[in-house]
Amino acid sequence: MVTQTEIDDIAKLADISIHKEELDTFTSQFNAILDYFDLLDAVDAGPGGETAEYNVFREDEVEPSLPQEDVLALPGNCEDGFVRAPRVM
Amino acid sequence: MAGTLTFDAPDRWNAFLYREETASFGDGVLAGVPVAIKDNISTKGMPTTCGSLILEGYVPPYDAHVVTLLKKAGAALAGKTNMDEFGMGTTTENSAFGPTTNPVDTARVPGGSSGGSAAAVAAGLVPMALGSDTGGSIRCPASFCGIVGLKPTYGRVSRYGLVAYSNSLEQIGPLATTVADASLLMSVIAGYDRRDSTSVDRPYAHAPSADIRGLRIGVPEEFFGAGVDAGVAERVRDAIAVLEDLGAEAVPCSMPSMASALAAYYVTCTSEASSNLARFDGVRYGPAVDTRQQWHAAFREFRGDRFGKEVQRRIMLGTFALSAGYYGKYYAKAQVARAQVRADFARIFVDADVICGPTMPTAAWRLGEKSDPLAMYLSDILTVPANLAGVPAISVPCGRVNGLPVGLQIIGRHFEDERVVDTAYAYEQEACR
Repeated sequence: MVTQTEIDDIAKLADISIHKEELDTFTSQFNAILDYFDLLDAVDAGPGGETAEYNVFREDEVEPSLPQEDVLALPGNCEDGFVRAPRVM
Repeated sequence: MAGTLTFDAPDRWNAFLYREETASFGDGVLAGVPVAIKDNISTKGMPTTCGSLILEGYVPPYDAHVVTLLKKAGAALAGKTNMDEFGMGTTTENSAFGPTTNPVDTARVPGGSSGGSAAAVAAGLVPMALGSDTGGSIRCPASFCGIVGLKPTYGRVSRYGLVAYSNSLEQIGPLATTVADASLLMSVIAGYDRRDSTSVDRPYAHAPSADIRGLRIGVPEEFFGAGVDAGVAERVRDAIAVLEDLGAEAVPCSMPSMASALAAYYVTCTSEASSNLARFDGVRYGPAVDTRQQWHAAFREFRGDRFGKEVQRRIMLGTFALSAGYYGKYYAKAQVARAQVRADFARIFVDADVICGPTMPTAAWRLGEKSDPLAMYLSDILTVPANLAGVPAISVPCGRVNGLPVGLQIIGRHFEDERVVDTAYAYEQEACR
């Protein structure tokens, strides 16, 4: 059972503001879904089948990419070739 | 043969979020064929919003690999289609730009999340469209709108330029009015692309064949279990009987992993979404965040205002499932359950060449009829197994219940998209006689 306070904490972690008046509904829906996820408790943690893992990464070599002017045309806040972000401090 | 097409038929279904008035086309196998593109597939110079306010007005500076391939094949790009925000939904009601309606019955949902693509095809605005399928988002709307939709084998179609929601599950695929058209579109978009690290070099050059003599069809009892509408089950069993008449053999089987497949799916996709959607912060693309505010306060307000409720819910569920202390209970268990789904398919596919069952447990419901998130999730139970295992699956229309289309789902072995298409084609050809 997740409380409204915990929902508030998760929302903070996820960088999402939840309106106070929505918290009640959000919490009850969240709990109903988590209750359903409890089905996974019955899953045996033993081997479930084979998985293949191998390295799919290419060598870290510089390759042609999008032109800087095309990319810097996208952000709403841009200055001298930099992207402007909110204050850190 | 190159030329220009004009699109002026009214879109009464809100199928398109952006529509070209005219589109030029080149030479190739799709010369002059209008193709609509789901709005989570990047199109250079054409808005790409993913049905979200957080990407309102965003115009990508590059084409997705599949869009490059469409252009090379001579297709006329008709525009971008409506969808549940970031692909998170089963009805297209979660679009920030209003729901799409079902052309079969405009009081009903078209399915989702590729509901705009399916409605555009079903309404005759375009003969074919691209969708994406993370847990049924091509097959569900194909089923609800009475058209054909194919989710290819994972890795067969490049995801480069597909705005990521749940990378390990999603594939781009075709929607069309006929199996032959879906197959043709698949032949254009499949193939290796080094920019997608999960791309596999398995091109698709296939002309559908209706000869299915000797085909063994696995029929899992779980696909006809609780929650599946009796009328839907009857139509699908009738369709399987048609395939038997054509020389196939139906084999009863069981998929016990279905019990935990849906939970495994939702834990996996929300976990991946919580990571993938962290990039939407109003800094690099889309509407701009207020840079005068403090870092986290600015992002929280921006994402609180611009993400819809379902997207917020899934990001938060994923954040929770991956958090310290809960990872073992949710994510780790989900991956075991996922491996069990794969193992079930592998076991069934020893004795069966394809698996058949309904695409959706019911026909299309009314707009606004389902508002509870969990009830909505439960309707994905029959489509998510194919995504969890990465196997190909198609939905082909197999009659109606109370005037509403029903979809026959055909699932195949990895990289046997051709066999899945052939089975659908055989049924379609016989049913259309």
